[in-house]
Amino acid sequence: MSVAEQTAQLIPVGTWKSDPVHSTVAFAVKHQIVATFRGKFSDFEATLVGGEEPKLTGVVKVASIVVEDENLYGHLLTPDFFDAERFPELRFESTSIDRDGDTFVADAELTVKGVTKPVTVKGTFAGPITDPWGGERLGLSLETTIDRTAYGIEWNTPLPGGGFAVSNDVALLAELELVKEQ
Amino acid sequence: MRILALSGSLRGESYNTRLLRAASELAPPGIEVELYDGLASLPPYDADFDVEPAPAAVRDLRERIAAADALLISTPEYNGSIPGQLKNAVDWASRPFPANSLRNKPVALAGATQSAYGGMWAQTDLRRVLGITGARVVGEELPVAQVQTRFDDEGRLIDPEVRAHLIEHLELLAAEAQLTAAVTA
Repeated sequence: MSVAEQTAQLIPVGTWKSDPVHSTVAFAVKHQIVATFRGKFSDFEATLVGGEEPKLTGVVKVASIVVEDENLYGHLLTPDFFDAERFPELRFESTSIDRDGDTFVADAELTVKGVTKPVTVKGTFAGPITDPWGGERLGLSLETTIDRTAYGIEWNTPLPGGGFAVSNDVALLAELELVKEQ
Repeated sequence: MRILALSGSLRGESYNTRLLRAASELAPPGIEVELYDGLASLPPYDADFDVEPAPAAVRDLRERIAAADALLISTPEYNGSIPGQLKNAVDWASRPFPANSLRNKPVALAGATQSAYGGMWAQTDLRRVLGITGARVVGEELPVAQVQTRFDDEGRLIDPEVRAHLIEHLELLAAEAQLTAAVTA
């Protein structure tokens, strides 16, 4: 088998787009030290290109962040957090992809609040399968953890007993159901 | 470029108000600093009256903030924090939330006190409060301690360092306001 053929098998040939209904992009952050707070983004698009030069890209609209309190929603869009007016999107672009069976690893550039940093995302790959309408789908479940302060998201508030209300480490999670473009 | 200057003090001979008048005189070409003088007429924040139409003084505050490209606030420090009437103004201006007149508005802070500290705690608290409203607080705190020694007998700000810092604040506000205008254009 040639090198080109091996590479081609890494990700099945084609362009695979996230199904917005059945995909999730979310985050999890320690809150008040003892609990995990989760939120998600409702407006995003992920694209996985297979073949000889596999690439995974994603764009997330910051203003689509979903939390259960309108005051928190408003605060998250301010310069204290994402500064959605100046930096309306989060961006992800892989620089290399490795897949071994159902194990998927990608090095990427992640842009948050206008700051671009390298990250490594890890997770699982599944499929492709044939959906009820004759289309092809595959699944990616990915996770990475970033230090939000490295992206200029530094807001916090001290707790009476020491420590801070919001951890610097934030887990980013993507559960993607990707549909092959015809 | 229009900068609305808010003094947190109601006192007629307030040093914070004088500092803002000095900023107005020092403003580089192209920057106009207008002093807000309605602080005393704002009613205490009351959610029962936080409806449309808003009380006249509140409407005026919101309209003047909305019309300004940026804000310069100079605050005294009462019991280690922001004077109540200034916090009250911020609370009125922050409504309705989140789409309020302060949102994304560049704001720079200063504080004048006759003590040796220059109102650092008040400025720190004000920065936190403004951050929650959605304002874009820029630059460092500008503590003007022992402010009574910084003016001459004619009421002119004579301290060269404070004069330079005020000009830096105005230039920083102008630069931020231009960025904001470019993003929202």
